[in-house]
Amino acid sequence: MKPAAFEYHRPESVDQVVALLAQFDGEAQIIAGGQSLTPMLSFRMSRPAHLIDVNALTSLDCIRVIDGVLEIGALTRHHRIATDPLVHAHCPLLAEAAGTIGHYAIRQRGTIGGSLAHADPSAQLPLITTLLNAEIVLAGRNGQRAVPARGFFLGSLDTAIEPGEIIVCVRIRIPAVDAGWSFELFSQRRGDFAIVAVAVLLLLGETGKVERLSIAIAGIGPTPLSMDNVSQASLGRMPDAAWQSELVTTLGDSLEPDDNPKFPALYRKDLARNLLTRALASALSRAERSRA
Amino acid sequence: MSDPVLIRLAVNGDTHTAAVPARKLLSDVLREDLGLTGTHVGCEHGVCGACTILLDGRPARSCLMFAVQAEGHQITTIESVAVNGSLSPLQQALHEQHGLQCGFCTPGIVMTFEAYLRENGSPTEAEVRDVLSGNLCRCTGYQNIVAAILSAAEAMRGDEP
Repeated sequence: MKPAAFEYHRPESVDQVVALLAQFDGEAQIIAGGQSLTPMLSFRMSRPAHLIDVNALTSLDCIRVIDGVLEIGALTRHHRIATDPLVHAHCPLLAEAAGTIGHYAIRQRGTIGGSLAHADPSAQLPLITTLLNAEIVLAGRNGQRAVPARGFFLGSLDTAIEPGEIIVCVRIRIPAVDAGWSFELFSQRRGDFAIVAVAVLLLLGETGKVERLSIAIAGIGPTPLSMDNVSQASLGRMPDAAWQSELVTTLGDSLEPDDNPKFPALYRKDLARNLLTRALASALSRAERSRA
Repeated sequence: MSDPVLIRLAVNGDTHTAAVPARKLLSDVLREDLGLTGTHVGCEHGVCGACTILLDGRPARSCLMFAVQAEGHQITTIESVAVNGSLSPLQQALHEQHGLQCGFCTPGIVMTFEAYLRENGSPTEAEVRDVLSGNLCRCTGYQNIVAAILSAAEAMRGDEP
C-alpha cells in the first residue's frame, strides 16, 4: 500500500515549524527520521493532510555539555548518539542503548526527538530518558517548556506533547563519573523491539554500600516504568548476592505486565527477573571497576 | 494534493528532474521515474533492507523516504558501485564466495556494507552479522554473505598503501 496524499512542507526553523503546526492545526504531522512514521503512512494508519519535514533544522542535530548537563538536539540521529565521544564520556548508558535501536541503516536516520515523540512502549530512548528523568524541551506558540521524562510518556504512542508543539532538545543531568550502569534487552531477533528491556544506574558510597539506585523497565506496560519507588528500600546496604537476589524478587513481584497473546504476562515477568539479575550484576561490576 | 511536485535529485553524481507526487517514495521514484531498477522493493515498510541506498554516503532505506525529501542530498545507488564494469571488492567477493542466489537482497547488502566497511575496515564476524541483521535474505542462509564481507574487508585493507 502507498501513503495517502498530503501537502509537503520543509521549514527551515523551529519558528516556521510552530507556525505551520498552528496553521494546519490537527491536520499536520512532523516527519524527522521517518523510520517509524513512514511505514504508518504507507499502511495508511496515519493520513495527515500536511507533512512537515524537519530535516532542514540542522541546528537541532547537536550534542553538547553545559554545566553538568548533556544536551542533545531533537534531530540528532541514533547512530551519532551511539558513537559520539561526549556521550561515551558522560553517559555511556545512553550510547549503549542507542546502539541497539533497530538496525545500522535505521540508526542513520532515526532521531531522538522522533523516538520520544513516537513513544513506543518498548523503545530504548523512552526507557533511558525515563531512567534518568531527562528533561524533554518542547517549543510551541507560547515559547519553550520542559517536561520531565517521567511525566512525558502518558500511554502507548501517547505523550505530553500538546497540539502545536515540537520537541527541540533533551537535557540529561550527567550521572556521577563512577556510577555503575547497564542496559539489558531481549528480543526474538536482533533489531526487533524489546520484549522486555531493563536499565540500571547505581552509585556506591565510600564503604561500598549502595548510595543511589535507579532502575527502569520497558515492555511491562504501555509506558516505560521507573522502579525507583520500589528500589529505594534497598539503599544503604552492601550489594552482596543476597541483596541482589532480594531486590530482583521484590522488583519482580511488583510487576503486573499487561497480558499479550504473543508474549504472555507470566513469561514477561520471568524475563524481567532474568534481565534485572543480569543488569544488576553488570552495573555493580562497572561500579566496582570504577572504584578500583 | 496528489499534484506532482517538480524535484531535482542528485543521483550517482548526475542531476535528474522529475515531476512526482509528494507522497511517492524515493524507492519508487528511483525505479519508475529514473529507471534505476537496481534498487529493489521487498517489504515496502522498512524491514527487509532490499531498498537500501546511500544518502549523503550513509545507508538509508529508500522505502522510508519520500523522493521530495531527497532534494539537496546526494543519493548513491547500486548502479554506481561497479566502476567501468569493474566490480568493487565487495561485489567481487560476493561473486567469488557465492554470496547471492536470486540476487534480490544483494543491492541492499552491497550499499549497506560499502558504507559500513568505510566506517569500520576491520569488523569482527559478530559485527558483520550485527550490521547484516538489517538485510533479509531468503536464499543463502547468510553464511556466504558473511564470508564475502569479511573477505572484502581483508582485500580492502590489503589494498591500502
